[in-house]
Amino acid sequence: MNNFSYTPAATAKEALGLRKDTKEAAFIAGGTTLLDLMKANVEAHPQLIDINQLPFKGIQETADGLRIGALERMSDVGENALVMQQYPVIAEALLLSASPQLRNMASIGGNLLQRTRCGYFRDPAFPCNKRNPGSGCPAQVGDNRNLAILGTSEACIATNPGDLAVALVALDAVVVLENAKGKQRRVPLLDFHLLPGTTPQRETILEPDELIVAVTVPAAAHARKSHYVKVRDRASYAFALVSAAVGLEVQGGQIRSARLALGGVGTKPWRALEAEKMLVGRAATEETFRTAAAAAVRGAQPREHNRFKVEMAQKTLVQALQELMAS
Amino acid sequence: MDNEPAFFETNGPGTGGIVGQPLDRVDGFAKVTGQAKYSAEYKLPGLTYGVLRTSEIARGKIQSIDTSVAAKEPGVLAILTHLNLPKLAKTPNDPDSKKAIGAPMGFLPLTSDQVHYAGQPVALVVADTYDRAVHAASLVKVNYAVEKPVVSFLDPKAQVFDPEKVQDGKTPGHTRRGNPQEAFAASPIQLTATYEHAINHHNPMEPGATTAVWEGPDRVTVYESTQGVTRTQKALSAMLGLPTEQVRVVTKYLGGGFGCKGSTWPHTILTVQAAKAVGRPVRLSLTRPQQFTSMGHREDQHQTLKLGATREGRLTALIHEKTSTTSPWDNYAEPNSRIINLLYNCPAFESTYQLGRANVMTSTFTRAPGEAPGSFAIECSMDDLAAQLGIDPLQIRLLNYADKDPTNGKPWSSKSLKQCYARGAELFGWSKRNPKNGATRQGRYLMGMGMATASYPVHNNQGTARIRLYADGHALVQTGATDLGTGTYTVMTQVAADSLGIAPDKVRFELGDTRLPTAPNSGGSVAAGTVSSSIYMAAQDVWQKLTKLAIQDKKSPLYRAKAADVVAEKGRLVLKTDKTKGEDFMALMKRADMPDIEGSGQGKYGAGYETGRAPGPADSGHEDDKGGHSMHSFGVHFCEVRVDPEVGTVRVTRWVSVHGAGRILNAKTARSQIIGGSIFGIGNALMEETFRDPNLARYTNASLGEYHIPVNADIPDMTVEFIDEHDPYINAMGVKGIGEISMVGVAAAVANAVFHATGKRIRSLPITPDKVMNSLAV
Ligand SMILES: Cc1cc2nc3c(=O)[nH]c(=O)nc-3n(C[C@H](O)[C@H](O)[C@H](O)COP(=O)(O)OP(=O)(O)OC[C@H]3O[C@@H](n4cnc5c(N)ncnc54)[C@H](O)[C@@H]3O)c2cc1C
Ligand code: SF4
Repeated sequence: MNNFSYTPAATAKEALGLRKDTKEAAFIAGGTTLLDLMKANVEAHPQLIDINQLPFKGIQETADGLRIGALERMSDVGENALVMQQYPVIAEALLLSASPQLRNMASIGGNLLQRTRCGYFRDPAFPCNKRNPGSGCPAQVGDNRNLAILGTSEACIATNPGDLAVALVALDAVVVLENAKGKQRRVPLLDFHLLPGTTPQRETILEPDELIVAVTVPAAAHARKSHYVKVRDRASYAFALVSAAVGLEVQGGQIRSARLALGGVGTKPWRALEAEKMLVGRAATEETFRTAAAAAVRGAQPREHNRFKVEMAQKTLVQALQELMAS
Repeated sequence: MDNEPAFFETNGPGTGGIVGQPLDRVDGFAKVTGQAKYSAEYKLPGLTYGVLRTSEIARGKIQSIDTSVAAKEPGVLAILTHLNLPKLAKTPNDPDSKKAIGAPMGFLPLTSDQVHYAGQPVALVVADTYDRAVHAASLVKVNYAVEKPVVSFLDPKAQVFDPEKVQDGKTPGHTRRGNPQEAFAASPIQLTATYEHAINHHNPMEPGATTAVWEGPDRVTVYESTQGVTRTQKALSAMLGLPTEQVRVVTKYLGGGFGCKGSTWPHTILTVQAAKAVGRPVRLSLTRPQQFTSMGHREDQHQTLKLGATREGRLTALIHEKTSTTSPWDNYAEPNSRIINLLYNCPAFESTYQLGRANVMTSTFTRAPGEAPGSFAIECSMDDLAAQLGIDPLQIRLLNYADKDPTNGKPWSSKSLKQCYARGAELFGWSKRNPKNGATRQGRYLMGMGMATASYPVHNNQGTARIRLYADGHALVQTGATDLGTGTYTVMTQVAADSLGIAPDKVRFELGDTRLPTAPNSGGSVAAGTVSSSIYMAAQDVWQKLTKLAIQDKKSPLYRAKAADVVAEKGRLVLKTDKTKGEDFMALMKRADMPDIEGSGQGKYGAGYETGRAPGPADSGHEDDKGGHSMHSFGVHFCEVRVDPEVGTVRVTRWVSVHGAGRILNAKTARSQIIGGSIFGIGNALMEETFRDPNLARYTNASLGEYHIPVNADIPDMTVEFIDEHDPYINAMGVKGIGEISMVGVAAAVANAVFHATGKRIRSLPITPDKVMNSLAV
């Protein structure tokens, strides 16, 4: 870890101003991603700008849905009555994440920006295209059990490890960003994270002079009837091997609308749009679910140790849909 | 002090009503309030901080090492490298010296420009604060001539060979009993199976840590996170070329060890040398990633077990082969064959070890070394045999029950395994087990029940304790043992109180210092038996002296009684024939104007005082007593699992362990030990795996975020019981030790339950969801 200075900011303007002054400075919210990476010498920042005093708070019902401030803590959002009742997939994804201690610290904005758990990325002794562009990707032929099968490239196969983003991307969430000039823009979460391509070091469309202010989620029947299933190596406190976020609107046994996303398998939170199309208008049967699940992993490019994810992802998706129908 | 005549029987071991009670931990308050000082918590005047810089590469040569930038950082006091490490009298690099040092690894970093494994220390930076040292260490520039490393015994580049001996010469590379090949060939039932084990790391909560302070030019004190202060003292004095009295090692509290703190690893001597170089105390604590490459591990290994049996299920032959990875210098392999040879009645046995040299550090004992993976092989194969013949798994074990030690024909000193089986089966409800595999459903889950036998030897050891009993009724009890966190402080306080007839809160028990009488390493499950026996014997010594005093004291009710007619009971010396006649020790001592009295005693293996010792069977790794007994503890684990047949997740839903392990010193800490060991085993069974990159030979998950151990949600309520067992042969207290047997057989019990649930046998540890899911797909 390098020496760094620490500056609390009182307003977004101040925080962004400080960021502009010091290239390579970083915002710190809960610090649960940032400090880990700094201690491992994966990231080095000369200055940390504490944004916890910024007014990016609140879990509110708006005219067209839900608005969550970027500095709300994972635990508060996961245990919020509105979220639990109207957007259960979000609450479930949050409460199946990390540990209570981490959830009490970690913020929603920080969660969307957490970085891959790829072991090569997290240890600077290894080459890694994401951490050190052009140095190579040992994971392709190495320890890739936890890495992605969808959206991969020759440069990088790192999984986006988060749970919340999977639930949010399923529900068409929008990220609200603000820049130094006080200008806001709204970006669908689907477009927020980038595929690795040849530039795996670039993970989101967030500009250096931008802050995440909030996340909004449109209200919908498929949000009210939604569910998250996470499969992992131990019963708690582990990242997903695979996970599925599902939402359905069903009338008279027929699916009116569907939302599907997969975690643990994609280089970004993986929305399964094709699979959704295969559900709409069909009867909510296991048969239908299986067909959709097969579509969801079409084009998967597994490596030696993560081949199992192709099947596990489908089974998890089917299980999530079945449990949702049974609930 | 010689205790040979200590047969002088004043009171029996454990008769004071305190031994065995579920006493709360005497060190509990100090621990939860932060008063308990661990080895990296001594705030010494002028304390400085050492940080290791370790090698990125796994094999090559250090071409140049530039410390100039780091050295200019504020607060930096010294940077040690292979170019300037203060010279040592001996290093383990020379095989003879290695033996004298007792080092686990025949290579000391910072003594040459060679890099043999990833994570090898290449520099040690000392600074006035920890953070400055960390930062400076990152600024040391090392240029390597990189060579392609050998990754494991499976690497085609690996040199695989038949060692004459493994485990530092303790276990022969090849053992044979009877005519195993012929017997196997002639067996109507032949099973051959290969078992795979991932690399496991001990990962104690407290990482390795050393605080070294030179008290003078040739006198050093080392606060060390070790399972044995005496062994560390010996290693350090050999390397430093100092008399042992001039090296003091202190370990007051230990945050776990599991075997990785059983020997002296490089960071300790490097810290001592760093303290010498800067002339100030140095504290060095390994980081979690460094822990993965600094104190050994359980090696990656394959075992092939051939099992021959009659159609009735009686074993006829066992042939065991193990191949595993070792370091460039040492021939270490856990002795898996030991338990396979011993567990069941089988007339023919053979074991062979093969090693493959690779660019890794030396592996080392890890809780139940050999017994844990060995039991996985034999107990899965026994389960297969039962399944193949349609016999209940418990029955097949009873059918092959060994009434004598099959390795040498000796009687057991005690064995309560049949009672363990019966009690365990009853507690667990084994009779309700569906004889068919893959046929028990609960909702969408498959349910399975499995069991496995556990056994662990009573290892040869001895140690000394000293008691000073005061006329005011309290006692100071001292021995150089260590408490891994398992309860040594507590149980030894009980043993002292029990044998002195005073309340536990009148006992001040001290351990963990080479200034105290010598005790064995807390490893190999020897501490409880040896240390408790030494304290008991020391108490006998005190009573003997007090009896002498009493019978010569005109004012004593025991005046002129025969020593042999006097017995100590609840702190009183009384006549055996008339227990109303006598007095308490305080009255006696006060009258004699004796403020205190000292006794010392030796706890020995094989009740040593009885008949002495004789070498045991060649590969048993221990010695039996001349009385001709084979000494082992035995037990059984029963396990129920719930398997998700879709995605393959396995959850342990019920657990029962029953053990016969001699006298149990504290019902509560013993139960905790068995629970802890079983959880350790469940981790080994279901999730623990360190991954070494197949090209760079460096670990990719060296952190507790990615190296999974069980969390609370993985563990159900556990039922633990002990069979009352009196063993007069093992040691004076009749204690066998339970630190390791608790994990033996655990992985097999889980694997057997998975087999019962799904009908699919998984022979590769850990049994992760992907393996189970794949097994169900075919
Ligand atoms: C052991 C462990 C286990 C975990 N398990 C899980 C899990 O199972 N599932 C899961 O989903 N997550 C898991 N996590 C990840 C955890 O959820 C994230 O670390 C956390 O959500 C990050 O939030 P934070 O507020 O601490 O972010 P920080 O560490 O403070 O910040 C992370 C990054 O985001 C930037 N940032 C933060 N807020 C903003 C903002 N408002 N605008 C712009 N930039 C911002 C920071 O500059 C930094 O680059 C785990 C983490 C750990 C350490
Ligand atoms: S997968 Fe991506 S993060 Fe992992 S080593 Fe390759 S480039 Fe780095």
